[in-house]
Order: sequence, then structure tokens, then C-alpha cells
Amino acid sequence: MFDDRYTLAYRLYPYEKHADQDKPAPVRHPVVVMGGGPIGVATAIDLARQNIPCVVLDDHEGVGMGSRAICFAKRCLEIADRYGAGKPMVEKGVTWNLGKVFHRDDKVFEFNLLPEEGHEFPAFINLQQPYFESFMIERLYELQSQGAPVEIRGKNRVDSVDVKDDHVTLEITTPDGPYTMEADWLIGTDGANSPLREMMGLEFTGKVFEDSFLIADIKMINDSFPTERWFWFEPTHGSGASTLLHRQPDDVWRVDFQIGWDVDRKEELKEENIRKRLDAFLGEGVEYEMVWSSIYTFQCKRMKEFRHGRVVFAGDAAHQVSPFGARGANSGMQDVDNLGWKLAMVIGGKAPESLLDSYNHERIHGADENILNSTRSTDFITPKSEASHILRNAVLDLAEHHEFARPLVNSGRLSVPCVYDGSPLNTANALSGGPEITRPGAPCPDAPLGDEFLLPRLGDRFILLTIDADGPDSFEEDGVEVTRLALSADDDKTGALAARYLGEAKSAVYLIRPDQHVAARRDSFSDTQFRKALRRATGKV
Amino acid sequence: MAELTLTPNIDGGDDFYAELIGAHEGLSREESEAYNARLLLVLANHIGDRDVLKAAIDAAKRKD
Ligand SMILES: Cc1cc2nc3c(=O)[nH]c(=O)nc-3n(C[C@H](O)[C@H](O)[C@H](O)COP(=O)(O)OP(=O)(O)OC[C@H]3O[C@@H](n4cnc5c(N)ncnc54)[C@H](O)[C@@H]3O)c2cc1C
Repeated sequence: MFDDRYTLAYRLYPYEKHADQDKPAPVRHPVVVMGGGPIGVATAIDLARQNIPCVVLDDHEGVGMGSRAICFAKRCLEIADRYGAGKPMVEKGVTWNLGKVFHRDDKVFEFNLLPEEGHEFPAFINLQQPYFESFMIERLYELQSQGAPVEIRGKNRVDSVDVKDDHVTLEITTPDGPYTMEADWLIGTDGANSPLREMMGLEFTGKVFEDSFLIADIKMINDSFPTERWFWFEPTHGSGASTLLHRQPDDVWRVDFQIGWDVDRKEELKEENIRKRLDAFLGEGVEYEMVWSSIYTFQCKRMKEFRHGRVVFAGDAAHQVSPFGARGANSGMQDVDNLGWKLAMVIGGKAPESLLDSYNHERIHGADENILNSTRSTDFITPKSEASHILRNAVLDLAEHHEFARPLVNSGRLSVPCVYDGSPLNTANALSGGPEITRPGAPCPDAPLGDEFLLPRLGDRFILLTIDADGPDSFEEDGVEVTRLALSADDDKTGALAARYLGEAKSAVYLIRPDQHVAARRDSFSDTQFRKALRRATGKV
Repeated sequence: MAELTLTPNIDGGDDFYAELIGAHEGLSREESEAYNARLLLVLANHIGDRDVLKAAIDAAKRKD
């Protein structure tokens, strides 16, 4: 009755019978999160930190075996750090900058993604998804032990939902049988195949790519490859139409072979056959152990709307992208970042329910950007027509000899957070000469402040950031508090703070949202203007 | 904004045309197609201006 759909790497939340299950009437919870993957757990942490009670239900008892995501980008790490889980990730993770691109057997070029100075976190790290998830779950338990109102229930499978205007009723199956629960709000983070979407009859539309990829995570025994990302287009070693080699922690390398659409999965997944491909690719005499293998196909799809009354979708359940460019978990974390403070404000009566429509607006914008980028990478890696194949190879041929063609080579673009241009929460830019990267809607870029960094100082409240400008230490508008962070361009001798937040301007005042996106900016403080901007940023205008 | 030039602009057009054909000499059909694609990318990069490139992409389409 309760079979696992996948094997566990870490059994972190074993099933325990909960008192709720024996209650005669269903217990009502303010927030129920369906799905304890990385995005569901992040949602729970975000809410727990704001003291909003939250129950996570997952149909397994821990983190799935096998690393799906390996590449975690800066913004994702910054969010995880705000939750208190970012530093162990960076410590465990592998940081790399060097990449090589090959076409057939020739090296086309190599690149060095020299990181921009003045950020606490690297542009990205490689880390097996089970580690990422474990660090987050450990953090959740830590918060729980400090009294935060959060829990995660393993082997609690949601089998049906009844969505009402002001709550949702859930039917849950456990090893001890079924029980019913009610939720004021239900967050759907139940993954790409979202049963919740199905239960609610909601569509998931987009593009399916007719190609399969064979992943082999291998542990090197007597040979070591450099910490670089190698990408082969059309390798002649017959191992696939493209191949990616990427280092992870623990001496594990990810090899990703593109093997075509019509494949016999069972046959391909036999260890001897995987080894054949690997041996052809790595050359004779390289000894390795197989850690994990899997075949995946992918699609670029999203839901039409992420919010359906009292049900809000996030992560893969709301949108799915191809793995090229590492935008799945990375963008899911940004969903949570966006949703957490809004939901808490609505539940706390500090903002109207309609604030959640801006989640829908902003994260659909984000999903579309991610889908666009990952579709483009996919089209480059697996050209769909003869003409696009010819052009792709022309780019690769030219890239070997001419620098101009190298930026056109697209083997996956690094995930960067999206700017919420056109969001209803933004107040029009009023800082003349201000840099583009910090325009209203943009995520705040980090900057050094002596031994510290800017982002941890922003935290997760509304902030009035003043740079060489006056302003009140705090102000309150309609129940929402804003706290000032007073800085001077001199606080950062490297000049990054000024370059990123002042540009041509002499002074600046920013209103920054709890998810560290810019809501408004001007050259000086104005009580009327900033109160208005705050009302707008909380969905009251 | 720069505009796409669609009036005669090449000095010695016949010479240019001969050079273009000449570049394909001895190439198989497949090699020619690959060559055309490379040449196209080199020229596009030289132009650089996205508006001009877009106008060129449209101008080259069959209108019937
Ligand atoms: C090969 C591959 C490589 C990838 N590489 C990257 C990368 O480098 N970087 C990146 O950012 N992303 C990457 N991704 C994407 C990333 O793995 C996903 O985006 C991420 O796991 C999504 O998290 P989630 O929490 O939304 O969903 P999931 O991780 O799918 O979690 C959903 C959870 O819901 C549970 N659940 C399902 N149904 C029910 C139910 N009825 N009741 C209760 N619980 C339920 C499931 O058991 C699961 O625990 C990759 C994906 C693949 C396949």
C-alpha cells in the first residue's frame, strides 16, 4: 500500500504517528506544504522563521538517492544563507571557474569564468542535490528545536484535495491508514509530475524535447580529472551526441551522455553498457566506481497560473525546465524567496490577499525567462532541424579560431535571478544616474562592507537603505515596519557599493523588500514618496 | 538607429560575386552549406547592430 517510488539517500524524517491522526475532527493548520523536496523544505523554513506555523507532508521519509541537481547558483546560495544553510553548502561544494568546449575531438576553446569581486558567495558551486536537501532539512530541525512552529511528516501521502474559498481539505494516507487535515493555505511543491495539479485538473503546457540523456555519477579510483567543466559536441568516441563532464564533491564526476530519443532504457541502464560508454569516453585504464545512473528526458513547461485561490504552486510543480543552465532548483528557491514574506504578511493581516497575485505575476515572469534560456541552450545542444545543425556547427568551427563566435556557443547559461521589470509592486525609478542592475524590481547585488557583506545586513525585512543620505531610523505604514540601514560609499573602499548602488548619483535611498529586491529608489528620502512606495510594494495600491 | 542598406552598396559587384562563387569551388554540397553558414556568422558579427540584423533576416525572406 505504501511503496516508495524511489530509493532514499538519507532517511531524515521517518514516519511517526501524529496526534492529528486520532482526532475525531480534522485539524486545521495555517499552512500545509505538499512535498518535502528542496522547495517544500525551503518554504517551511522561510515561514518558520517568520513564526508562521507550517506542516510539510511528504510521501517518502527523506531525501531521494541520486543527484539530480548539481549546480547551485549564487542567488540560490544567498537565499539558503538567509535561511541559515548556505555556508555548509559552500564548504562542501566544489567551486570551479575553468571550462573547456570540444567539438568532435578538437578542443574549440576554453574559458575562465572569473568571478566578479565583492560578493560573499561564488557565482555557483557544484554539490549533489541530496547534500543540498540535507543541509536544508537539518536547518529545519534546528529551527524546530529552537521552538519554531514547523514540522515535517514522512510517509504522509496526499491522495485528494477539496479546495474551498477559504481553506483546503486534504485526504492523507499513512502506514497507519488515512486521515483528514485542513489547511488555510496549501503550497504545492510536489515536483514536476505534481499529483496536486492533476487532482485540481490544472494544465501544464509547453514543449517536450525528443531526446534522452544518460547520467552516470562515477567515483574516480586511481585517476583524477581536473576541476573543470568539459562539454563535448558530437564526440567521436561514440558515446552520445553530446557529453558533459563535471566535478562534484567526494571525487565524484557527473557524466551526462545525450543518447537520442528511441532508446531501450533497460538495455542502456545495464552497468556493462554504461561502462562501455564510459570506457570509450574516458579512455582505457581509468578506474572508477559507479555511484548512480539514470536516464532522463525533459520538457520545458509551466502552469498558466501559479496561484489558485488558497492553493499556491512553487518549484517544479509550477514550472519545469531542461537541466541545461541549472535553473530548476535555483529558480524554485527564488519562488520561495518571493512567496514567503508575502504569504506571511497576508496571514498576519498586514497585506491584502491580492499581494499573492504579485507572486503569480513575478514568478511567471521568472519562469518564462528560465524556460526561454533553457530552451535556447537545448536548441543549441540538440539542434532540431538540419539548418540549425549546420549553423550550430558553424558557430563551433568559428569559435576555435575567432573569439567573436565564442559567446554564441551555448552549452547552458548560468542561472541568474530575474529582474521583476513591470511588476505591480515596483515604484518607477527616481534615482537619476542610478545603475541599471539595481533598478526597481532587481535583486540586490551583494557588496563588501569592510569585513562584512551587504546582503546579510539587509536580512529579510523591509529596509530603507540610505547611502550618503538622510532618513528616519524606522517608520511604519499601515502595520508594516521599515528599518533603516545607513551606509556611506566610504564604507566600501573597493568602490563596489558605489558602483552597484550609486552609479552617477551622489546619494541614494532604496526601499528594499524582504526578498531583497528593490521596490523603489530616489536620490533622497521623502516621507510621502516612500510611504506610497511601501503601500505599493505590499499590494495596497 | 542604423538602417539596413537595400540599395547597391558594393563597389565592383561582379568581382565580389566571382570571389563568393570561387570560395565554393571544389566544395561538396555539405561543405558549401557549412561554409555559407560560417560566412553568414562572420558578416553578422561585423554588422553587430541588432536592428539591422533583424531587418536583414526579414529582407531575405521570400515575400510571395
Ligand atoms: C538530471 C537533472 C539534473 C538537474 N540539474 C539541476 C541543476 O544543476 N541545478 C538546478 O537548480 N536544478 C537541477 N535540476 C532540477 C532539480 O532537481 C529540481 O528543480 C528540484 O528537485 C525541484 O524541487 P521540488 O522541491 O520542486 O520538487 P522535487 O524535488 O521533485 O520534490 C517533490 C517532493 O514531493 C513529494 N511528493 C510527490 N507527490 C506527493 C504526494 N502526493 N504527497 C506528498 N508528497 C508528495 C515527492 O516525493 C518529493 O519529495 C536537475 C534535474 C534533473 C532531472
